[in-house]
Amino acid sequence: MAAIELRGVVKRFGPITAVDGLDLEVPEGICLGLLGPNGAGKSTTMRLLTGQAIADEGELRVLDYELPAEAKAARAEMGVVPQLDNLDVDVTVEDNLAVFARLYRVPDVGAAVDKALDLARLRERRGDAVDELSGGMRRRLLLARGLVHEPRLILLDEPTVGLDPQIRTELWTLIDNLRSRGTTILMSTHYIEEAERLADEVAVVNKGKVIARATPAELIAAHAGTHTAEVYGPPERLTEVRAIAEQQGLAVRPAGPAIAIVGSERANGGAVPEDAVVRAASLEDVFVLLTGAEAE
Amino acid sequence: MSSGTTAKLRRLEPAAIAGIMSREVANFRTYWKGTTFSSILEPIVYLLAFGLGLSATLVDEVNGVPYIQFVGTGMVATAVIFSSALPAMFGTFVKHRFQNTYDAILAAPVDVEELVTAEMLWIALRSGTYGCVPLLVTIGFGLDPAWGMLLVPFFCFATALGFAGFGIAMAATVAKIDQFNYVTALCITPLFLVAGTFFPIEGLPEGFQIVAQLNPLHQLVELVRGGAFGFEPVDIARFAFLVGFALLTWRIAINRMQNRLID
Repeated sequence: MAAIELRGVVKRFGPITAVDGLDLEVPEGICLGLLGPNGAGKSTTMRLLTGQAIADEGELRVLDYELPAEAKAARAEMGVVPQLDNLDVDVTVEDNLAVFARLYRVPDVGAAVDKALDLARLRERRGDAVDELSGGMRRRLLLARGLVHEPRLILLDEPTVGLDPQIRTELWTLIDNLRSRGTTILMSTHYIEEAERLADEVAVVNKGKVIARATPAELIAAHAGTHTAEVYGPPERLTEVRAIAEQQGLAVRPAGPAIAIVGSERANGGAVPEDAVVRAASLEDVFVLLTGAEAE
Repeated sequence: MSSGTTAKLRRLEPAAIAGIMSREVANFRTYWKGTTFSSILEPIVYLLAFGLGLSATLVDEVNGVPYIQFVGTGMVATAVIFSSALPAMFGTFVKHRFQNTYDAILAAPVDVEELVTAEMLWIALRSGTYGCVPLLVTIGFGLDPAWGMLLVPFFCFATALGFAGFGIAMAATVAKIDQFNYVTALCITPLFLVAGTFFPIEGLPEGFQIVAQLNPLHQLVELVRGGAFGFEPVDIARFAFLVGFALLTWRIAINRMQNRLID
């Protein structure tokens, strides 16, 4: 059974179509990364899955519940970790978890809170107000709050946005542990590395649609080949190199101050200058080629 | 959660409402001292200013009731509107727009109807309690205790429910927080002034008297005075009016919040 099934889902906000005929199926037990640039419709998709937004067209099923009619029952079996920190900052860590354990009708609130505190490694800080915690601790608490009822499915909306690399790595470890335990995870992100490290499969989303989906390795092989050559230099030179590469049918994308010739292993006859930095093709190459957006 | 529990999910679940109220209680524990202090101090200041000040210079009594007791019993309505409508307006707006609290709650198995109901009940419980403080203070200023006063918390609760619904509906309607100035100036202040707290509405022009009968605060003032000085049969209709007001604003608040919270 698929944990999530979306068929032809459309969501409009006035003249803007945020989700445009989205088809998405997430089998149970995998971590699917929704990778897309800002404004691709990822957060709207998350809100559709919790019933906090109602689709204008299409069919949605979550954990075998029809949405929006059975959204409340579906929410009971899923956990949500939002992009924005919406913890109660004056309240203790323990009370933040206890409130949500009650909202999720957990029979033994105390035991659920203890377990969540252990997961977030916050047992020693249980009596502290949230505004006394560091940014990383708050994020871990937010994750623990979404897991306090041991959901079958967890929605992570940009789980590490705005965090420094060390905290991001800490959270990745926590999320990876969840994945290992067989919890189904749908994770929206615009961080390439996050998708690459955590997701079993990646769906690249742009303008409200899934434009490619496979494992990271398959996506790279299908869209970026094996190698990418990065060429640095003054703009005139980059323009010249780009023209030669494109004449040979190679995809070229901007890469900060350089240009990247994707699939450079297929180049011949000087399309790749000798001073180019050749590296293995990456998911970032795929992302930029498919969406036209700069990667983060 | 087991699928057995999931199957039982229905409208207005007590567990969902209690869960949301437990969040309010957890927050209240962090700010109750300040709220309680101002709730006690404010009626004392009003009673000293209006009750003692006016009764010493201009008014001895109204309808046979010492003026300080007349104002003291009326102040219950003031306490109720200021501890229900205003927290409902500002609290709801802040939780929705700045703290994203409702996004978190609605990601759990809770719907907007339960959310609004729980918020109204919490505000009404708090306001129903604080609304009684002016009455207790007035007893300290010489008002004789009466058995009817035991019903005052229920009158306050019903009125506060209505104004909590009103405040939540306003919070879901305004675009910016400073638009509450219009609500306060055009609704709350006139309701407060023509409630019969400081002067009997019989002294107003007839048109104002008719409008005052539609003012829930006036009905509350009359009920509190009934509790202190003796009920009349019409008080049953007054209480029914307050219950009707609460039911009406409850449904309006749910409708407005549904539009605001669900895209």
